[in-house]
Amino acid sequence: MSLSNLTRPWAAFSYGFLDPSAKREIRRKMIKAIAVPGCQIPYASREVPIARGWGTGGLQVTLTLIKPASVVKVIDQGADDSVNAASIRRFLSRVSGAGETWDTLAATIVQSRHRIPEERLRDDQVLVLQVPNPEPLRPVQPNMSIARQMHADADYGRLWLVLYEQMVRSGRIMQGAAYPALVNGRHVMTPSPIPRWDVPKLNMARHLTFLSAGREKRLYAVPPFTRVEPLVFSDVPYKVEDHTRLTCHRSGLTGVFMNEIPQAAGGSVFEASDSHLGIKAIRRAEGDAAEIGPLWYQNGEFRG
Amino acid sequence: MSVLDRLAPELITGAPLLVMQGIAKRYGPVVALEDVAATVWPGEVLGIVGESGSGKSTLLRMMNLEDTPDTGTYTLALPEVAGNLFDLDRFARRQLCARRIGIVYQNPHQGLLMGHSSSGNVAERLLVAGERRFATLRARAREALDVSEFPLNRMDDPPRLLSGGMQQRVQLAKAIALEPALLLLDEPTTGLDVSVQALVLDTLKRLQRDRAITMVIVSHDLGVIRTMADRVMVMRRGRVVEEGLVDQVFQDPQHPYTQELVHAKL
Ligand SMILES: Nc1ncnc2c1ncn2[C@@H]1O[C@H](COP(=O)(O)OP(=O)(O)O)[C@@H](O)[C@H]1O
Ligand SMILES: [Mg+2]
Repeated sequence: MSLSNLTRPWAAFSYGFLDPSAKREIRRKMIKAIAVPGCQIPYASREVPIARGWGTGGLQVTLTLIKPASVVKVIDQGADDSVNAASIRRFLSRVSGAGETWDTLAATIVQSRHRIPEERLRDDQVLVLQVPNPEPLRPVQPNMSIARQMHADADYGRLWLVLYEQMVRSGRIMQGAAYPALVNGRHVMTPSPIPRWDVPKLNMARHLTFLSAGREKRLYAVPPFTRVEPLVFSDVPYKVEDHTRLTCHRSGLTGVFMNEIPQAAGGSVFEASDSHLGIKAIRRAEGDAAEIGPLWYQNGEFRG
Repeated sequence: MSVLDRLAPELITGAPLLVMQGIAKRYGPVVALEDVAATVWPGEVLGIVGESGSGKSTLLRMMNLEDTPDTGTYTLALPEVAGNLFDLDRFARRQLCARRIGIVYQNPHQGLLMGHSSSGNVAERLLVAGERRFATLRARAREALDVSEFPLNRMDDPPRLLSGGMQQRVQLAKAIALEPALLLLDEPTTGLDVSVQALVLDTLKRLQRDRAITMVIVSHDLGVIRTMADRVMVMRRGRVVEEGLVDQVFQDPQHPYTQELVHAKL
C-alpha cells in the first residue's frame, strides 16, 4: 500500500487531507491556544497516515493551516533531507498543492522537530513544533489531573525545586533540551525538545508558533510578541549551549548551533545543525547568489 | 463584658489575630464541627484538646484554608486581607496560606515531599512566595533548618532517610521559613519517642519565646498542651465544651468531659 492509494490528490476547494470537521476542531483549539498563550488545549486527534510519535501532532496543525499557496519546509533535528522530514513534506505537498522548500526564507510554514531555524522568522511565517511530551509538570507530578490543577493555580514551586536541587547537587542547571519556560507570565510550557539555544527565539518573536502533541492530543501556542522566559534564578544566568567557538567543518559557518560528529580516528568534528543554512553558506563560498537572512545569533550572542 | 474579653489573658488587650465564628461542617451523616468559635490573640498559644474524631484536625485544616466549612466565618487581622477568608477565591486563598500561615502535620508525608531534599522542601515554600535568588534560597533554608535545630550536615538528605523527629523539624523549618503570622501544629509530636518528643517540644517552646509566634497546637495529650499553651479549648464530638486559661481549666475543669480527661491524666 502506498501513500497515493491512501490519499486523494488535492482539489481547489478540498485539500489538506483532513475533512472539514476535523479541521474545524483543530482550528478552534488553535484559536483558543492563541488566546491563552502557553496553555495546553486538548483536541480530538485524528488518524493521519504516519505513526504516532512521528509528528502526528505537528502534522495535524500544519494540515489545518496549509493551503495551495503555502510553501512548506519540514525539518527533523535541523535537516531537511532526513527520511521523516522528506516524507512529511512530500505528503503535505501532495494533499494540499503547497510548494516545498528547504529554504527558511521561502517558507510560509515551517514544521520542525527539535530545532528552530537559525535565520530569523518573520511575521508572515508560522512555526509548527512537534512535541512528544507536552506536560512540563510530568517529571514532578505523574498524575495528569493534578498537574492540570497545578497549572490552573500557577503552582510551579516543584519545577523550581528541581532546579534548586540541580544547583545544590552539581552547582549548575542540568536541564538541557525542553527547558521549561513561563509564557506571558502565566503558564509554564515545555518548548518541545529544542535545545536551550533555541528557547530565546520564541521570546517576543515576530512569528506565531504552535506546539502540538498527537499522542497526548494537546496543543499550545506562542503568539507573536509574547514573553517566553526560561525558569532561571535571578543570580544564576540562563546559559545557552556554548557553540560560539565551534566551526562547521563543511560550510565554515561559526556562531550557530552545531552537531557533534565523532570520527572513527577519535575526536570529533562539528557541523551546522541547520543543514540548509550550511548548504547556502557553501553555495555562497562557491560564488552562487544564495541569500542568507538575518540570524537570531551574531557571533554566538543572541540578538533577537 | 463579652465572653472573649473574659477569656483573654490579662496582659493581652489588643485586637485578636484570628477570629472564627459559627463554624459547622458535615461529612455526609458525620458532624465534624458544630457551631465552633475560636479566637487567638497575637503572640499567644492556643491549645486544642479532645479525643480522636472530635474535629480538631478538621478545624485546623480550615484555619490553614485547605478546607471550607458549610457555614461560618474566618478572619485574620492582616493588612492584605479583609472580610471572611472563606469567601476568597482559590488563588487568593492559596497565596495567603503560602505566605502567612505555616503548618506542621502529625504525618510528615502530608507536609513534605519525601523524595526531595530537606533544604529543598524548605526552599519550595520560599519559591512559591516568589523568591528567585538561589543564594538567598539556600541561606534562608539553612537558617530556618538551623532555628528548628535540624542537623545542618543532613540538610540536603531527603526526609525519607531521616528519623521521625528530624522529619518534624523539616516540617517546622518549612512552616516558619516565611515567618508566618500564624503557626498551626497538628499533633506535632504524636508518634515520636518520649525523649524525642521532649526535644521537639523544647524547640517549639524556644521558638515561641524568641519570636513570639502566634500558634495553635492540637494534641490529645494534656501534657503537651500544658507545656505549650496559654489557653486551651476542649473539644468533643465537633463542639467546644470548655475554654479558658490552661492553668484554670486543668486545675478546675467545669465540664464533666474535661473533668474526666483531667482526672484520667492525673
Ligand atoms: N475528609 C473527610 N471525609 C469524611 N469524614 C471526615 C473527613 N475528615 C474528617 N472526617 C470525620 O470528621 C470527624 C472529625 O475528624 P478529625 O477532625 O480528623 O478529628 P480529630 O483530629 O479530632 O481526631 C471524624 O468523625 C472524621 O471521621
Ligand atoms: Mg487529628
